[in-house]
Amino acid sequence: MFSFKGIALILVNLLFLSANSTSGLDEETTLGHILKPGLGQLVINFAGSIVSADGSGLPAGSGTVVEGKSVYGKHCAACNGIDGQLPGNQLAGGIGSLATGRPLKTVGSYWPYATTLFDYIARAMPYNQEKMLSADETYAVTAYVLRLNSILDDEARLDEKTLPQIKMPNQDGFIELIK
Amino acid sequence: MQDQIAGGGILHRRSLLKAAGAGVAAGFLVPVRATEDWMTHAGEVQSEYGSPSKFARLKREQIGGHTFGPEAGSSSSPLQDLNGTITPNSLHFERHHSGIPAIDPSKHKLTIFGDVARTLQFNYEDLLSYPMETHLYFLECSGNSRRNSLARPLDLSAGSLNGLLSGSEWTGVPLHYLLDEAGVKNESRWIIAEGADAAGLTRSVPIKMALDNVMVALYQNGEPLRPAQGYPMRLFVPGCEGNISVKWLQSLKVQKTPGYTRDETAKYTDLLENGKAKMFSLKMGVKSVITSPSGKMQLRRKGVYEISGLAWSGNGAVRAVEVSADGGKSWAEAIFQSEPRPLALTRFRIPWRWHGQKAVLQSRATDDKGNVQPSRDSAIAGYSLAGFYHYNGMQSWGVSEQGMVKNVFV
Repeated sequence: MFSFKGIALILVNLLFLSANSTSGLDEETTLGHILKPGLGQLVINFAGSIVSADGSGLPAGSGTVVEGKSVYGKHCAACNGIDGQLPGNQLAGGIGSLATGRPLKTVGSYWPYATTLFDYIARAMPYNQEKMLSADETYAVTAYVLRLNSILDDEARLDEKTLPQIKMPNQDGFIELIK
Repeated sequence: MQDQIAGGGILHRRSLLKAAGAGVAAGFLVPVRATEDWMTHAGEVQSEYGSPSKFARLKREQIGGHTFGPEAGSSSSPLQDLNGTITPNSLHFERHHSGIPAIDPSKHKLTIFGDVARTLQFNYEDLLSYPMETHLYFLECSGNSRRNSLARPLDLSAGSLNGLLSGSEWTGVPLHYLLDEAGVKNESRWIIAEGADAAGLTRSVPIKMALDNVMVALYQNGEPLRPAQGYPMRLFVPGCEGNISVKWLQSLKVQKTPGYTRDETAKYTDLLENGKAKMFSLKMGVKSVITSPSGKMQLRRKGVYEISGLAWSGNGAVRAVEVSADGGKSWAEAIFQSEPRPLALTRFRIPWRWHGQKAVLQSRATDDKGNVQPSRDSAIAGYSLAGFYHYNGMQSWGVSEQGMVKNVFV
């Protein structure tokens, strides 16, 4: 039997109905609408870990090129090579090479946004020890990889405000097929 | 020969039926007495979870790992050994960026946040209570067949070259049910999907797609997703490059802009000769491949063969497949062995007589939006040699006078 609460839930769900499915299956129900249980639990203050190009999602923190060199040496150099130069896995160099006969895609020559570098290191590096770096260490190693590409100088420090302001050399190198 | 309808031995569809008729008649002469070991005693007992015959054990081809480690690698479906349009779950292609996580579903949540009226979390058990939809869809890695864009043809099998492609029946909760529950704000344009694997793979989906036919998939071919395909849940974006159907889905962030994540900027973008690169080239182009006869096979007799293959398009349904046995000089329309469905694999076939002649077998698909599969030359024109994705050029199989079948470029 329907409880009062159950009827209330169904009524609440009717308010959030979608009429834009293109599958054609919705229309086959006799009521004309599909009832949904509405079981999503309300959460407050969920920050998530997705960093966007405008800097939204960046955690508070900071790190320098000098600190980054040390983090890189400990956690990154084995796979990416000293100074990001391991052949086949290069992080640096190749700027201006994309339209030549020997294009080299690296962070410096290809990646459009520096925020993406932070996001990727924070979620996916170091390989097999993912998510071990602190926010400060992640800013630091981001700064160091940008230094390897001559995008920052030796004294640079990055934080959640300065990182999104960096203009990458290939930022305008993409044709976005969907806006 | 009177049955031939195109060059190189392509036959009319009825030809093979006549040949088969003779075979059935001969069948009556086979003795019915038990003469084999398995006819004379009880076989194995039933099992909890079945396995294939030891005489029909198929294998995925392992395609090298990343320099980081073998867990960041891929494996391809053995297309040459399969028929129909469903890939068995054990043979579905795989591509992982940091291995296959062993997720306990009781500790996994899907969070919808960002530009929504209510940030909501769904657990696995709750999602199982939602109304679901079931569809046949193909899934193709955007790097599939990429090696055919290289300078020289590699002598490999159909699966090794083109098997980052599989077809399944996918069942899940339409994403718009969950987005409606969270209340997506009007100005939102993108949804950033994030996986719970160690790589935390993250991709942006245009909200128009997300509200249309995207689902949170929970079942594949009738059983809960395998860990390698995203257990307990994955995003499924029909017709689009496989990478965007984020496995082990744990969060969806609604916002005005794309995430410009590493995998949609540094990786899955298509570099052109002029140095510019296409971004968000999500839909997989119209494509087909002959799976038999195909690379590494050996024709062991002269006579009539069935050319069999798969066709698909990320734009809709396949409308027609043409087959050539003379390297594209003449073409004949193949027969659909399965009903062509939108965004799903379609099986085609056509009979072919081989009497020891050299041949080049090709197939060319057209979809219901009028897109025609390009030749290899057209498919690579304008793209950088640095490697690009979405290669959908025609696959050509050369047949030698000795019956060896080999990948060739025409």
